[in-house]
Amino acid sequence: MPEAGQVDPSNWVCPLPLRETKRIVMGHGGGGILSEELIENLFLPAFGSAGGVSRDSAVLTVLGGRIALTTDSYVVNPLFFPGGNIGDLAVNGTINDLACSGAQPLALTAGFIIEEGLELDVLGNIAQTMGKAASDAGVAIVTGDTKVVGKGSADGLFINTAGFGVVPEGVRIGPERARPGDHIIVSGNIGEHGVAIMSVREGIDFGTTMTTDSAPLHRLVAAMLAAVDDPNVIHALRDPTRGGLVAATVEIARTSGVGVELDEAKVPIPESVASACGFLGLDPLQVANEGKLVAFVDPAHSEAVLAAMQARPEGAGAVIIGRAVEEHPGMVVARTPFGTTRVVERELGEQLPRIC
Amino acid sequence: MCLGIPGKVIDIWEESGTRMSTVDFGGTTKTVCLAYLPDMEIGEYTIVHAGFALTRLDEVSANETLQMFADLGFLDEELAGTEGQSSRETA
Amino acid sequence: MKYLDEFRDPVAAKSLVEAIRRSASQPWTIMEVCGGQTHSIIRNGIDQLLDGAVEFIHGPGCPVCVTPLEMIDRALEIASRDDVIFCSFGDMLRVPGSKQDLFSVRARGGDVRIVYSPLDATRVAAENPDKQVVFFGVGFETTAPANAMSVLHAKRLGLTNFSLLVSHVLVPPAMTAILSAPTNRVQGFLAAGHVCTVMGTGEYGPLVEKFNIPIVVTGFEPLDLLEGVRQLVELMEACQRDGSSAELRNAYPRAVTDIGNTVAQQALADVFVVTDRQWRGIGMIPQSGWTLSPRYAEFDAELKFGVGHLEVQESAECHAGEVLQGLLKPNECPAFGSTCTPRNPLGATMVSSEGACAAYYQFRRLESSANA
Repeated sequence: MPEAGQVDPSNWVCPLPLRETKRIVMGHGGGGILSEELIENLFLPAFGSAGGVSRDSAVLTVLGGRIALTTDSYVVNPLFFPGGNIGDLAVNGTINDLACSGAQPLALTAGFIIEEGLELDVLGNIAQTMGKAASDAGVAIVTGDTKVVGKGSADGLFINTAGFGVVPEGVRIGPERARPGDHIIVSGNIGEHGVAIMSVREGIDFGTTMTTDSAPLHRLVAAMLAAVDDPNVIHALRDPTRGGLVAATVEIARTSGVGVELDEAKVPIPESVASACGFLGLDPLQVANEGKLVAFVDPAHSEAVLAAMQARPEGAGAVIIGRAVEEHPGMVVARTPFGTTRVVERELGEQLPRIC
Repeated sequence: MCLGIPGKVIDIWEESGTRMSTVDFGGTTKTVCLAYLPDMEIGEYTIVHAGFALTRLDEVSANETLQMFADLGFLDEELAGTEGQSSRETA
Repeated sequence: MKYLDEFRDPVAAKSLVEAIRRSASQPWTIMEVCGGQTHSIIRNGIDQLLDGAVEFIHGPGCPVCVTPLEMIDRALEIASRDDVIFCSFGDMLRVPGSKQDLFSVRARGGDVRIVYSPLDATRVAAENPDKQVVFFGVGFETTAPANAMSVLHAKRLGLTNFSLLVSHVLVPPAMTAILSAPTNRVQGFLAAGHVCTVMGTGEYGPLVEKFNIPIVVTGFEPLDLLEGVRQLVELMEACQRDGSSAELRNAYPRAVTDIGNTVAQQALADVFVVTDRQWRGIGMIPQSGWTLSPRYAEFDAELKFGVGHLEVQESAECHAGEVLQGLLKPNECPAFGSTCTPRNPLGATMVSSEGACAAYYQFRRLESSANA
């Protein structure tokens, strides 16, 4: 059987014909022969666990310590977008949730809810992507589950990944740990993923070279921790996914009870993001990111942390964009380039394109 | 109302009898209806609202306006150098 | 972004602010009648920069806010039907009708879709011949040409399953209504720049003369707004100082010409007819709206779905009307921030981010938040 990482996803062809069917049928979720074939011939080769015994749960040996555990479900539509697909998000997104607790990710689970009628090529392509993303990140997909639901019940495919990792001794990172005076660092350009998705979304699609920034950030976090003697100077980390930079900073501000001041002029926004948000009437600060993080760092150590981030490719664009303050606890205030201020709030739900 | 931003026309064609174009906003492009600007040409700038080009952006005028702002800045510097001679009303 | 970023330069903004403060011998009260301008003023803090020299009253410039309640209810009624795909600009989806909004209709299974342009809706109609596709045609004169073209395009394509629910509003009648009110405090107007790219500036001269009030056509970027205010203050000062009569000026010459877009005007005259229009929160302003011309009756959603009869009741607690007329500031409304929030809006001024109430809530200042 082919090993993960050695098959070009775009040329992926199932090695054994699955009962001459090109699409998922309800039977693939039935737990019988069709299910077994799907796992043996599509998922396992993609995830590189070929040769392992299929069992109900994975058993792993872990060195003692604190375990970080997270779960996330991925329902993005469309499944494929510039630069990637739902598989990239499912792996990197969950790794990043672990990374933002300071944990080194060890393993992922992958649960699939597949809509009847989904083409096998599509599913195989996505599984291959997940296998490659996991392998690139040095994380294993150790167990999973497959269910099939009737046509119309699942937008093609929903994926849930749970991840677990170990938090190194002495590392205490959490949204409640931000302190007044902290410098706030963003690891790079914001708004790229959201713009890439919108560009292929029906009704508001447009042309752009922007691609998703989906990437695993655990190595970046490890580099940040290695740059300081005392890991406790890194207070809080968050990946600004849905709701963007605004949601991430507001949540930390509220949980820690600090105020936040952002310097708008310092926030790195690429031109494509600015122009797409321009004609749709959206705020780049609220647009989703999938390969960035926001860090609240003790100001005495922020330069060292920043330098460590900038030395890595996924942090090359890192910059300090603001600070935590004692005033207006729980509120984020942005300073405009004009010297005026505005209170920054999260949207109620999704941002909507506007004509006004 | 009227969220409209300027972009450059980079392509023009006809679709079912309606004049259409591709407008470049700087890193993003959008298909924009050009029916209301029949003499718009490739390379010119326009203001786009709800998928329609509504007006040609007069580049000469734009630059004149910007120059006027710059001149105002020089005037400011002069006035700042003559303190006490300008009357400023404060709140 | 070219011809955008340059008009956001903070250094030039500072010069403009200083020029305004130099020439203002007293505080002046100015109104803008454009949701986009309101949004830009509050988001960039232009009102903060001019505090003390200029007081802004945010006029009824958000077409989303002023769309009459009965029109929202008609939209909801149509969108709820099984055979309908209802297309709309994004900002309309959260506007509350008497009982619900388009989002709730979608949650209940209605096919409601956000589009960027009305032509996207005609495309949906062409791709779904077995469904009725309806586009919610709201907006001021800026958006009307786009909506008009969707009808003309649909006619050209021979589509029989496309219709428009029209609720256009016009700026000059609204300005007339505001200036005619005995409680009017507005001393100068910033006219909506993109409305004027379509209609030209001709309609504003008569207003200047009739009410002896200066009007300056203004754009949207911070420097455009400040320049518009600067010219307006200059005119108001001149009127006061030497009794000269008020004038109309164009501070957005790169986009606005005196005659406007005549091709668009011809399409508008063909597709729409002027009608009396209810403005949500204000009431009926005569001859202040556009509805579809009988010539295009087959594309009129109100006729097609027979919803013209729906009648409604506004919430008694909602003071959106007074806010829209500049008689009440959002944070002076008893319901603001308590029974009326973006989460549970009573009126449309809290829903649309251009609505003065939502803008106040979203961009509210630290001083007012300290008391919240």
